[in-house]
Amino acid sequence: MSEQTQEKSTDESANGSPKPTSPNADLKLDFASFWEYSEAPESSDHVEITERYDHFINGDFVKPAKGRYMKSVNPATEEVFTEFAEGTSEDVDSAVRAARRAYEKKWSRLSGKERGKYLFRLARMIQERSRELAITESMDGGKPIRESRDVDVPLAAAHFFYYAGWADKLNYAFPGRTPEPVGVCGQIIPWNFPLLMLAWKIAPALATGNTVVLKPAETTPVTALKFAEICLDAGLPDGVVNIITGAGLTGAEIVNHPDVDKIAFTGSTEVGKIIQRSLAGSEKKYTLELGGKGPNIVFEDAPIDQAVEGIVNAIFFNQGHVCCAGSRLLVQEGVAGRLITKLKERMETLIVGNPLDKNTDIGAINSKSQYDRINNYLEIGVNEGAEIYQSSNTIPEKGFFCRPTLFTGVSQSNRIVQEEIFGPVLTIQTFRTPDEAVEKANNTPYGLASGIWTDKGSKIFKIGRQVRSGVIWSNTFNKFDPTSPFGGYKESGIGSEGGLHGLHPYVKLK
Amino acid sequence: MSDRIEVLKTYKTYVGGKFPRSESDRTYKITDPKGKQIANACRCTRKDVRDAVVAARSAFNEWSNRSAYNRGQILYRIAEMLEDRKDQFVKELEKSGTKSKEAMKQVEASIDRIIYFAGWTDKLSQVFGTVNPVASPHFNFSSPDATGVAGIIAPDEAPLLSAVSLIAPVLSGGNTCILLASEKNPLPLVSFGEVIHASDVPGGVVNILTGHHSEMVDHLSAHMDVNAVFNTTAEKETRKLIDENASISVKRVTHYPETDWFNEKHENPYLILEFMETKTTWHPVGN
Repeated sequence: MSEQTQEKSTDESANGSPKPTSPNADLKLDFASFWEYSEAPESSDHVEITERYDHFINGDFVKPAKGRYMKSVNPATEEVFTEFAEGTSEDVDSAVRAARRAYEKKWSRLSGKERGKYLFRLARMIQERSRELAITESMDGGKPIRESRDVDVPLAAAHFFYYAGWADKLNYAFPGRTPEPVGVCGQIIPWNFPLLMLAWKIAPALATGNTVVLKPAETTPVTALKFAEICLDAGLPDGVVNIITGAGLTGAEIVNHPDVDKIAFTGSTEVGKIIQRSLAGSEKKYTLELGGKGPNIVFEDAPIDQAVEGIVNAIFFNQGHVCCAGSRLLVQEGVAGRLITKLKERMETLIVGNPLDKNTDIGAINSKSQYDRINNYLEIGVNEGAEIYQSSNTIPEKGFFCRPTLFTGVSQSNRIVQEEIFGPVLTIQTFRTPDEAVEKANNTPYGLASGIWTDKGSKIFKIGRQVRSGVIWSNTFNKFDPTSPFGGYKESGIGSEGGLHGLHPYVKLK
Repeated sequence: MSDRIEVLKTYKTYVGGKFPRSESDRTYKITDPKGKQIANACRCTRKDVRDAVVAARSAFNEWSNRSAYNRGQILYRIAEMLEDRKDQFVKELEKSGTKSKEAMKQVEASIDRIIYFAGWTDKLSQVFGTVNPVASPHFNFSSPDATGVAGIIAPDEAPLLSAVSLIAPVLSGGNTCILLASEKNPLPLVSFGEVIHASDVPGGVVNILTGHHSEMVDHLSAHMDVNAVFNTTAEKETRKLIDENASISVKRVTHYPETDWFNEKHENPYLILEFMETKTTWHPVGN
């Protein structure tokens, strides 16, 4: 299954004696010569995708007022997947009116217990249609079916299930206060986890008694519209959930609509700042989940093989289209050589290709524009003097695919170290002391998520306290759960989503 | 024997644990309600704001890493020191026209308010932290963590009590701050800086500037190294300016246009949470 590498490890521990290693420590991963690769594509025959999708307003699918449609492209084939309505101010206005009516006439008058039962229904129906939703997600957005099937869709259902239970227990969530709903929530979500982000937004909003107008991203609108069908099937009262599709201009209409009480946005820091600015002087509440440039810190005493798996999961999960990705590897000098060698070997085994293939590790880059953006950063990295390494995997000729990429020889001030690339691109820096690791980890405008790898528990707590980010993954990475709060420090956002903390943005405390 | 000539106090600022004058070398007149001058106060501007932010940032790590117990004791110490100098503050408030009964009430309420927040330091993460029952084999917990450097814009009403009510929640969570004292009557706040200084509060944790707010708010709210703004100005234009400036670096903004500072509603932990992030830590559970 594997062959021994010729080179003997030269790593030494701090006191100069050779590190104890297992007899298999230097075995090289090699799957390809043992197994013949055979495709295992998921069948998509049973998934119904209509040629054209309309807005979902007040319990009905409604044609856009201006009659304009946009195209969603399957990034793995570059073929048009479907068409969807382009929302204008008229569409947004009728959605907000519907949401307001539903809020006043129906949803805010319903008891928490009954609201919760609707949410349980939604959770169950997402589970029932999970295969269809997973395939749709992979075709519309390019993510590997293994991830949409095992992560996105089950977690989306779990979010509804979790918040359903809160609906009649809100009085226990805020000691000394009585929570009241905010009203109509405008929610704008990104393209990296379309259905999951919808669940993060809609589940807590409905549980706390609000109604919503949600806009999915323009490259991945389809699962949101399938969720609209689920709302109909679940008998959710008209207007409680409204879905308006479109691009940034449509989002701006939602943000600026005078009858929206709260804005929840997940997306880039750049757009987040524009939204925060356009809300200046208004009474609207808002939460922002923005970008990141997560440090993944590996100490010499870390379990190296686990760390390598963690690094791969941190940066190559979902093609690196993850705001909390561990995109900056900080590795302690003594193990840097061995770790990078192992990482490169592991990267060789990653399969880049058809998102619907169950073997695929890295699917398609979500869109042409993101593909161009990543390639631009690869050029920037090279021009900044960094050394680039890409795996030698074959990638499909058609579609937007990017090989997993490493940059070594980078410095803290490099753009590829400071700016969010949002692709399968990892920068690697080394450090000597824990203080230096913390200094480098904190030295970006972001603060969303960080990784710490060490076998020493006390070190996890010390470093974990000093690193300024909303999530600390120790000896693991990219784990999510509806009970676990998620949110950024500094320019990574304002407010938390998920868990008990995720109720707060959707209530007024009396 | 001749009558003794009273020694008048020069009111300076409080930055980084020192009492510098304004970099601008300018002052403005502080008067009583009849228009009679009581003192000159420093007219701080952009450079002073920047110095104060540097001081607050340098003090942040130390202050936020102090144990909650220690922060509680230090806040309690501030209250002790203030109790000790009650008369000084009553006199200072009287000079600017506050009736003596009212002044005493204000000083006492200020002391009590600090004690209220001193007690929260080591309870906040117990009441608002969580252990999260994630479905995967991981141990997962969340606790509140200080946001960083906060800019506080204090009102003219009850100048001592209002400023104390704003500083105490910010400090108790482990943040450091820059206070723009009441423009009309900043004198008790300058003296409050002396109380802070005598209370084991590390230099730079609290920084107090005086001057025209119109010359400082813009710089304070736009500063890239300020993480949060606690604003009491109700005036629309200023509010909008603060919001717009905040968006430059995604600052947290809490607008708090209150007027009745004696109200007990100002004593609540949710004010502390306005200046706290939530940090969630995961670790696998296994062999």
